[in-house]
Amino acid sequence: MSGTVADIPAASFPPARSTRAATRFLRHRLAVAGVVVVVLLIAACAIGPMLSPYGPLTIDLRRRFQAPLAGPHWLGSDQLGRDLLVRLLMAGRISLTVGFVAMGISTAVGVLVGLLAGFYRGWIGTALMRLVDAVLCFPSIFLLLTLAALVSPSLATITLIIALTAWMEVARVVQGQVIALRERDFAVAAEAIGASDGYIMLRELLPNIMAPIIVAATLNVARAILAESYISYLGYGIQPPTASWGNMLNNAQEYLESAPWLALLPGAVITLAVTSFNFIGDGLRDALDPRGDRSA
Amino acid sequence: MPLSETGDLLRVEGLTVRFGAVPAIEDVSFALRPGETLAIVGESSSGKSVTALALMRLLDPRACSVSGRALLRGPDGRETDLLALPERAMADLRGRALGMIFQEPMTSLNPVHTVGRQISESLIRHERLSPRAAAARAVDLLAEVGIPEPARRASAFPHQLSGGMRQRATIAIALACRPRILIADEPTTALDVTIQAQILDLLHRLQQETGMAVVFITHNLGVVAEIADRVVVMYAGQVVEDAPVAALLEHPAMPYTAGLMRSVPRLDAALHTGRRLLAIPGNVPDPRQRPAGCTFHPRCGHARPDPCLRARPALEWAAPDHRVRCARWQEIAA
Repeated sequence: MSGTVADIPAASFPPARSTRAATRFLRHRLAVAGVVVVVLLIAACAIGPMLSPYGPLTIDLRRRFQAPLAGPHWLGSDQLGRDLLVRLLMAGRISLTVGFVAMGISTAVGVLVGLLAGFYRGWIGTALMRLVDAVLCFPSIFLLLTLAALVSPSLATITLIIALTAWMEVARVVQGQVIALRERDFAVAAEAIGASDGYIMLRELLPNIMAPIIVAATLNVARAILAESYISYLGYGIQPPTASWGNMLNNAQEYLESAPWLALLPGAVITLAVTSFNFIGDGLRDALDPRGDRSA
Repeated sequence: MPLSETGDLLRVEGLTVRFGAVPAIEDVSFALRPGETLAIVGESSSGKSVTALALMRLLDPRACSVSGRALLRGPDGRETDLLALPERAMADLRGRALGMIFQEPMTSLNPVHTVGRQISESLIRHERLSPRAAAARAVDLLAEVGIPEPARRASAFPHQLSGGMRQRATIAIALACRPRILIADEPTTALDVTIQAQILDLLHRLQQETGMAVVFITHNLGVVAEIADRVVVMYAGQVVEDAPVAALLEHPAMPYTAGLMRSVPRLDAALHTGRRLLAIPGNVPDPRQRPAGCTFHPRCGHARPDPCLRARPALEWAAPDHRVRCARWQEIAA
C-alpha cells in the first residue's frame, strides 16, 4: 500500500479531505467489521426481544438449564428457565445505553474542562488540570466501586458514576490541542475582529479538534461498557431482575461447571462489543489523522 | 494637545512593552492622520509587529506589560485611550473601528470554515446583521476585493484558494465593518511579487474609496516608496526616524535609514554604475542585552566613542515634520 498516490496524507490533497478519511477508514477491515458488529448488536437489542415468544422475566421451571440449541430456547435457559437470548438482548439495551450515555456525558465534561483549561491558561487552567491529575491518580476501578457502594444503584446513577471516571482523557487531549491552536494566527485573527472568548473556543477552535475527540469518545464507549460489566458483576451495578451483561455473569458463577453457557455467552457478547468499539476507535484514529502510523 | 486640534486620528505616546524585564519596544510614539498611510519599517525583531499587536491589545497580558497611551479620536470627536479601555469595550472596537491583516494568509484563516462565513462573523458580531444578510454582504465584499466569481468563492474553504486570493479574503474580513484604521502586518511578505503589487493596488484603491487610515508594517522599502505618506523607522524597539516619505527617502537623517536604503536592490543603479548592494553589517541586537549608548552604534559607520557610546540619543526634531534619534545627525548631514 505504501508509496501509492492514494497513500499520501490527506493534507496534501485538501479538497477531498473527508472522502479520503472515509477511504482510509474503509480500508481498515477490523474497524469496518466493528461497525457491522455494533450495528447488528444495536439492531438485535432494539428489535430482537419483540420478535421472541419469551419475555426476559418469563420463568419456566420445567425447562431450567436447557443447553443452547438443545430445545426451544435457541441459546439455552438459566436456572429459572428464562430464555438466555432474550435476556442477553435486553441486557444489551441496558449495557449499550450505559455505554453511549456515559460516553456522551464524559465527552461533554472532558471537552468543557479541556477547552477552559487550554484557553485560560493562568490559574483556571492550572486548577482544572490539577483536578484532572487528581482524579487520574485514583485507579478508576476503585473509584467506581467506592462511588457505586455509596449511592443506591440505578441506571442513571451507574451511568453518571462511569461518566465521572472517564472524562479526564478527553480533557487532556482537548487541552493540549487548544494550547497549540490558541497561538495560531486564525485564533488571533478572530480576536482581532472582536470575537468573544466563547465564540473563539466553540466556533473557531473546537471544530479543528473534532478528530481526536471523536476517537477518544469511541474508545470511551468500550470503556464504559466494560466498567458497567465490572460493577454489575461485583454486584454494585444494575440490580436483578433487570439484566445487564455484567450481572448475568455474576449470576452465572454458581453454575460455571453445570451450565457454562450462562457465563460464556454474556462474556462473549461483552468481548464482542468492547473489541468492536476499540477497533472502530483505532480505525477512526488512523482515518482522521494522516500522520498516524497506519501500518497496523 | 487634544487630537481635535492636531487633526490626528490616532496618537501613540510612550508605548512600551516589556516581556518580563526585557523591553520589546520602548517609548514608541507616532501619530496617524485620517486617510493617511503610515509605514512602520525595520528589520526583523525591531519591534514592528509587537507595536501593532499592542495597539490591537492582542498581546497576552500575562506574558507582558504594556504602558503608554494610544489615543483614538472617535467619530464624535471624543478621545479614547485604547490601552486603558476595558476588555469588553476594546473587543467592540476590534473589527469595527480597527481592522487587522496578518502576514500569513494561510494560517490566519480558519481551515474548517468557509471564507464567506469567516467574513460574515464580524458583520454578525458588530453590525447585528442576520446570518443571511451577512452572507450576502460577504459576497459583495469578496467582489470588492477583486475575487472573481465571488458567490462561488464564498462557499470555498481557505485551502481551495490561492495565496493571493486568501490574502484578498483576509482583507475582506478586515474591511467588513469599514474600520477607520487598518493595521496591516506585513500583508504582502508571504506573496510573490506580482501578487504583491496587486494587493498593494487593492489596498490603495480601498483606502481611497473608504477614506480609512492604514498602518502598514513592512521591512520592504520598495513597498514603502509606493504606498506610504509617512514613515516611522524602528530599530531595536525604538523609533529612530519619523518623516514624510519624500523627505525620508531623499534625505534620511539617521544612518540606519540610509543603510536600509542602500541595501535595497535597484535595477537602475545596478545598470548604470555597477554598484554592489551594501548590507548593514551585523544584526539587530538581542533585546536582552541592547548596547549602551545608541543601540545602533556597533553597526554604524558614523559611530564615535564620544556622543554615540555615552548616552542613548533622544528623538530630536530635525525639521518641523521630521524626527530623528541620532546624536550626530547634524554633523552627518553637513
